[in-house]
Amino acid sequence: MDMRTPLGKVRGLGSAKTGTDHFWKVRTTSVVLVPLMLFYIGFLVMYAGRPYAEVVDALANPFVATINALTVIASIVHMRLGMEEVIQDYIHSETAKLALLIVNASFSLLVGGLCLIAVLKIAFAG
Amino acid sequence: MANVTKNRPLSPHLQVYKFIPTMAMSIMHRITGVALYVGTILVAAWLIAAASGEDYFNQVNDLFGSFLGQVILFGYTWALIHHLVGGLRHIMWDLGYGFEKEFSTMLAKANLVASIALTVLVWAVVLLVR
Repeated sequence: MDMRTPLGKVRGLGSAKTGTDHFWKVRTTSVVLVPLMLFYIGFLVMYAGRPYAEVVDALANPFVATINALTVIASIVHMRLGMEEVIQDYIHSETAKLALLIVNASFSLLVGGLCLIAVLKIAFAG
Repeated sequence: MANVTKNRPLSPHLQVYKFIPTMAMSIMHRITGVALYVGTILVAAWLIAAASGEDYFNQVNDLFGSFLGQVILFGYTWALIHHLVGGLRHIMWDLGYGFEKEFSTMLAKANLVASIALTVLVWAVVLLVR
């Protein structure tokens, strides 16, 4: 006999065993992305279409490089989680869902890695 | 046992509801999110080109500077600003505020107006600075 109350059965980490982890990470990254994106838009307004030397010089500034790297990390985490939600909502075949989740994780890591290396290379090597 | 899932009553779906501003902005938030996801390729291309040398950078800059490039970048700017403004509404709701019908409808409309106005403003500044 199960002595647990209906409330007791649904408390805890839920069916996915991850609790509110996904939800919470989407929200926390979204909050930090607000100021980061405002900075990013401002930066692009100033440097979009400018000559090479000027742009690289600006990107090599330690403050800009740090903000850039943090923006890349927060964006990649946020967009991977967001796309995960979209895939889980719309793709009902188990195989396709699994495959797309792997593609999503790979794409996010690849783009994030490329952006980070580029930002760091400019910061350290110019 | 008979197939129980087959004869279950179906719940009403999207098409039976009147299309209202909050619904429109809800799906726009998701569409702009997906667009931003794909658009990270543009950001990565720009950063990698800047890290690879002047020739690569000029090539990417020429692509972005072309008519099609500018149209795509304008759309990307709008998607980013729309998702950003929409995100602020979501933060407000997550904190427990702003669920009243009239207010949320007004805010949904304001989201679209604000994102278009801010995008035009950003591009006006870019073109004036240049």
